[in-house]
Amino acid sequence: MNQYLLSVYDGGGSGPGTPEEMHAFMGRVIALEEEMDAAGVFVFGGALHSADAATVVRGGTGLDKVTTDGPFVEAKEHIGGFYVINADDLDAALVWAEKVVEAIDRDIEVRPFRATGRVQAGS
Amino acid sequence: MEDVERAFRDAHGRAVATLVRLFGDIGLAEDAVQDAFVTAMDRWPRDGVPENPAGWIVTTARNRAVDVVRRNARGRELTREIAADQQRRASDPADDDQLRLIFTCCHPALRDEHQVALTLRLVAGLGLSELASAFLVSEETMAKRLVRAKYKIKAAQIPYRVPGDAELPGRLRAVLSVLYLVYNAGDESGQVHLRTEAVRLTRLLVRLMPAEPEIVGLLALMLLGEARRPARGDDGIGVLLKDQDRSLWDHALIDEGQTLVLSCLRRRQLGPFQLQAAIQALHCAAAKYEDTDWTAIVRFYDRLLKAMPTPVVGLNRAIAVAETQGPAAGLALLDGLTDELDGYHLLHAARGRMLNSLGRRTDAAEAFTRAAALARTEPARLFLQQQAESTRGPIG
Repeated sequence: MNQYLLSVYDGGGSGPGTPEEMHAFMGRVIALEEEMDAAGVFVFGGALHSADAATVVRGGTGLDKVTTDGPFVEAKEHIGGFYVINADDLDAALVWAEKVVEAIDRDIEVRPFRATGRVQAGS
Repeated sequence: MEDVERAFRDAHGRAVATLVRLFGDIGLAEDAVQDAFVTAMDRWPRDGVPENPAGWIVTTARNRAVDVVRRNARGRELTREIAADQQRRASDPADDDQLRLIFTCCHPALRDEHQVALTLRLVAGLGLSELASAFLVSEETMAKRLVRAKYKIKAAQIPYRVPGDAELPGRLRAVLSVLYLVYNAGDESGQVHLRTEAVRLTRLLVRLMPAEPEIVGLLALMLLGEARRPARGDDGIGVLLKDQDRSLWDHALIDEGQTLVLSCLRRRQLGPFQLQAAIQALHCAAAKYEDTDWTAIVRFYDRLLKAMPTPVVGLNRAIAVAETQGPAAGLALLDGLTDELDGYHLLHAARGRMLNSLGRRTDAAEAFTRAAALARTEPARLFLQQQAESTRGPIG
């Protein structure tokens, strides 16, 4: 079993506007996540605050350490949320990615995990 | 020696495909097949080509790969599985293996140029230097492409299987467009071995998936194009369809292509490749240019435009319409395409011909000059430049 990161990108679109749209949107997401759970696919997921809330920490020693307001990269689109899913292979992951795109009407990047969980000594 | 080379080509795709299935590792499969070829190079010229060269390569490569993996625990497990697999499979599984490999190489998660490079390397067995010169890049660049594509297959776990019914239409389209891209690359650059490989792989696919009419359509399209190449001049673009000596056409290929088109028409599931092949079959059916059934051609273009509404299809339809309704009607259609195709030399070449037929020679010369400036190859540029000059020349 492999794990994939499904990054959901916010393109500066307005998103669900009216309360009715918001309600329908939530309904679709809840149904999708229940389907993921039932299939044993859902590992973790979350929605992020906007990139305006991001802070960047850069390495260095002592006084060289720099903390700034940020997103890390200035871009038109930022990650707005993500899922971590279990899937046998890329094709299986893409089927779920399509369902996510359909439910939330946002573009998605699918990326395989090289490793997950805590780093073990000797691995 | 030619026997050896042909046997290599045929065996390469089968051998790599079989080993990828058995070992699940493209790198290992390639190395083992390469080793088997080196052994064959040494032995075959001396002892003669074995009765079943492809089978010999597969067996030798498999033994070689077993030697490599036996050195670790997973390898010992694998060798047991492989022994069991050999007993289970009485029939020749190489066909299924090749089909799986083609679908892996043409997975839409890989970028187009990587799909093309992988397919030609793994399935067709083209060498690195051949690939590099075919696509006008350095061997280093081509090697990087292959490495990146193989890395992605492994890291993202792109599966090694023929897609299920639900995904098949889309995935098959990706495979066919790779094959067509290979053919067109060989057509534009005049590299016959690319066209030969494209035809060979498409024939293979027809045999492996006989129920898919679009594959047959693509094969027919290639064959009908190939049939007329001898009449297109040495560089392949110097003689327009109108001026071609039709006795130079390869009529055996035309017969085969037309038979395939007929079988498609009978099946009545006409997709874009079959429609394009049908149009080419109509061109090939005319003994001379004046006999061309343009009305039927326009009808097929109408259907093609519905199935594949791209500006290039619109351009070709406009050219056919100019033949049935006159150059003014064609020109009006081209005007609707200039936004999207302004950078495409064939739009301006078609404009030039239509303007010329209307007697607007200055405008025509200007269009040909613009076409020449946009041409992608030197022979095409020279040809269009010539058209511009002869249009501009003194009225005879």
